[in-house]
Amino acid sequence: MIRLKTSFFVPAALALLVVSGSIALAQDEAEQPKPARQSWSFSGMFGTFDQAQLQRGFQVYKEVCSNCHRLSIPFRALEEPGGPGFSLAQVQTLAASYQVVNDEPNEKGEVFKRPGAPSDIFPPPDAFPNDQAAAASFGKAPPDMALLAKARKYERGFPWFIFDALPFVQYQEVGADYIYAILTGYTKSDDTQWNLYYPGHRIAMPQPITDGAVAYKDGTPPTLDHYAKDMAAFLSWAADPTLDERKKIGLRVMIFLIVFSSLLYFTKKRIWSDLH
Amino acid sequence: MSGTSSYVPKSALGRWFESRLPIMGLVHSSFVAYPVPRNISYLWAFGAILSFMLIAQIVTGIVLAMHYVPSAALAFASIEHIMRDVNYGWLIRYLHTNGASMFFLAVYIHMFRGLYYGSYKAPREVLWILGVIIYVLMTAAAFMGYVLPWGSMSFAGATVITNLFTAIPLVGGSVSHWLWGGYAVGDPTLNRFFSLHYLLPFMIVGVVGLHVWALHVTGQNNPDGVEVKNVERDTVPFTPYATIKDFFALSVFLILYAWFVFYIPNYLLDADNSVMANPLVTPAHIVPEWYLLPFYAILRAIPNKLVGVLALGAAIALLAFIPWLDTSPVKSAKYRPLFRFFFWVFVVCCIGLGYLGSQEVSDGTTLAARILAFGYFAFLIIVLPLLGLIEKTKPMPASIADAVLAKKGEASAPSVAS
Repeated sequence: MIRLKTSFFVPAALALLVVSGSIALAQDEAEQPKPARQSWSFSGMFGTFDQAQLQRGFQVYKEVCSNCHRLSIPFRALEEPGGPGFSLAQVQTLAASYQVVNDEPNEKGEVFKRPGAPSDIFPPPDAFPNDQAAAASFGKAPPDMALLAKARKYERGFPWFIFDALPFVQYQEVGADYIYAILTGYTKSDDTQWNLYYPGHRIAMPQPITDGAVAYKDGTPPTLDHYAKDMAAFLSWAADPTLDERKKIGLRVMIFLIVFSSLLYFTKKRIWSDLH
Repeated sequence: MSGTSSYVPKSALGRWFESRLPIMGLVHSSFVAYPVPRNISYLWAFGAILSFMLIAQIVTGIVLAMHYVPSAALAFASIEHIMRDVNYGWLIRYLHTNGASMFFLAVYIHMFRGLYYGSYKAPREVLWILGVIIYVLMTAAAFMGYVLPWGSMSFAGATVITNLFTAIPLVGGSVSHWLWGGYAVGDPTLNRFFSLHYLLPFMIVGVVGLHVWALHVTGQNNPDGVEVKNVERDTVPFTPYATIKDFFALSVFLILYAWFVFYIPNYLLDADNSVMANPLVTPAHIVPEWYLLPFYAILRAIPNKLVGVLALGAAIALLAFIPWLDTSPVKSAKYRPLFRFFFWVFVVCCIGLGYLGSQEVSDGTTLAARILAFGYFAFLIIVLPLLGLIEKTKPMPASIADAVLAKKGEASAPSVAS
């Protein structure tokens, strides 16, 4: 009697949740498509950043995005392991090509600018020294790009969010997919502020980049699709520069813990076996 | 049950010290000679896992506090400094943020285990209440910790929770101003939250001490819910039996913890918390961390703010009264078929409320949350008292040893037959 009830109630309750969830989902889907899942070199348990892709992404940032967006990371990050892999000389040259505001005023008490050093943070865009100035032209300040890939997501919904956490099927690249979707979502040629994937479709950023805007040096086709992917990969690295190191240490930790747990299991069995 | 320790130090120095401060005897009686019911399952390993998590949170937290700046202007940047510039700062921070979730995962398993096996019944009422106090302190510590990174969701969360106090009649407004240290969540709020976030874990350590003390007076409950009658037959010494079992369970738990830290470290963190707090911009969809979602769903299910806040408080406070709400003399759900059924309904209500708490409010979710919230409270204040009166329980084994032997007999029965 009771058994019967348990076996009926639990699935019924779960079904209720799934049905109510999927109705809400279907309603959203009609007007607001979800970003498609792309394949990334840094996804999965063993995924790492692709150096060439990060270098291309940086080129896109420098030539296009940096006109409006800040990127609050130090120049030196570009030569640190797990990143785009520029040489120290390249980073020094790059930093020196920017004028940064010195932390301290000079002897006369004047604030002054000097050429950048690798330890400096990328300065804000010349056009927008602060958020207010940026908001005045676009109605909204362009966000700092340092954490953008972590700060953007789309709802995965039930039950997908559960699978996203599980080994071998884990999905942690929602931010990258969202950025890729936005960059490729300007699908109305007569309206540069209409975006298929932006919630509500009205986006403050006019279409930032189109085919052929950046000339790649490594032979990668200069298409919007490549720009969007390279940019999303670059921003994923900027937001999470220790990903490579993290996964490398993680693998060792996992192997250790699994071996250690098995040893403990057999020790436990041995100790408990003398009980009767 | 704990008895006086028969511990005699081997060395002369040890005996000299022991006669002045018998601390080794205390350790010996608590963690070596302490008798453990021989039938306890791996669900009893969560006490050890929780002790480990508490220490892990304190150690990683102290290191983080060395680099963190509790100021509205600099807090967000200082977290990024930890993540990018501090040696292994990313590791320490991911251990701490995911550690909080692991801590709550373990505490929920620990609490549901206590509920299932009636671990709150005489003589363990005080032990259970101390546990509820630890849980309340944990939620306070976790909430304040979530505010510290000063992200957009930190700020929104702090605003929502501190605003709950404005629902108190007459003095609500003043209480909120006092909590904020101003007229809204701001720099003074962040500073006091940091101070309290550092203090609370040590208060938890204190109550955990009492919790373990109370446990060692009454002894552990067990899956059969029969008290130890014969220490020789019913129990095994803590060391090596429970020690090795706890170590193995902890090691398996650490695999899960490491999975989160190294492979999906941001899975449980809200994307909005990667945007610095701005009082003028509120996230589109305010949600607390997963471990507080069921209570958030209860709060939102009730349209009247004061009643909602009272229901939220009651949902936690009622847990402390479970020893008296449950009128059945039988402890373990193993021998209580009706209770077992309602227990799982209660678990479904809690998980369902958690899911609804994470969803945007609609008529459908509000209705579902009301039904499940009714289920939550009905279990505690209707089902638990009533079941003790009407339930026909199954016969219990005479002793723990009998229960173990019966189980072994069952397992070996086929081989005997052949």
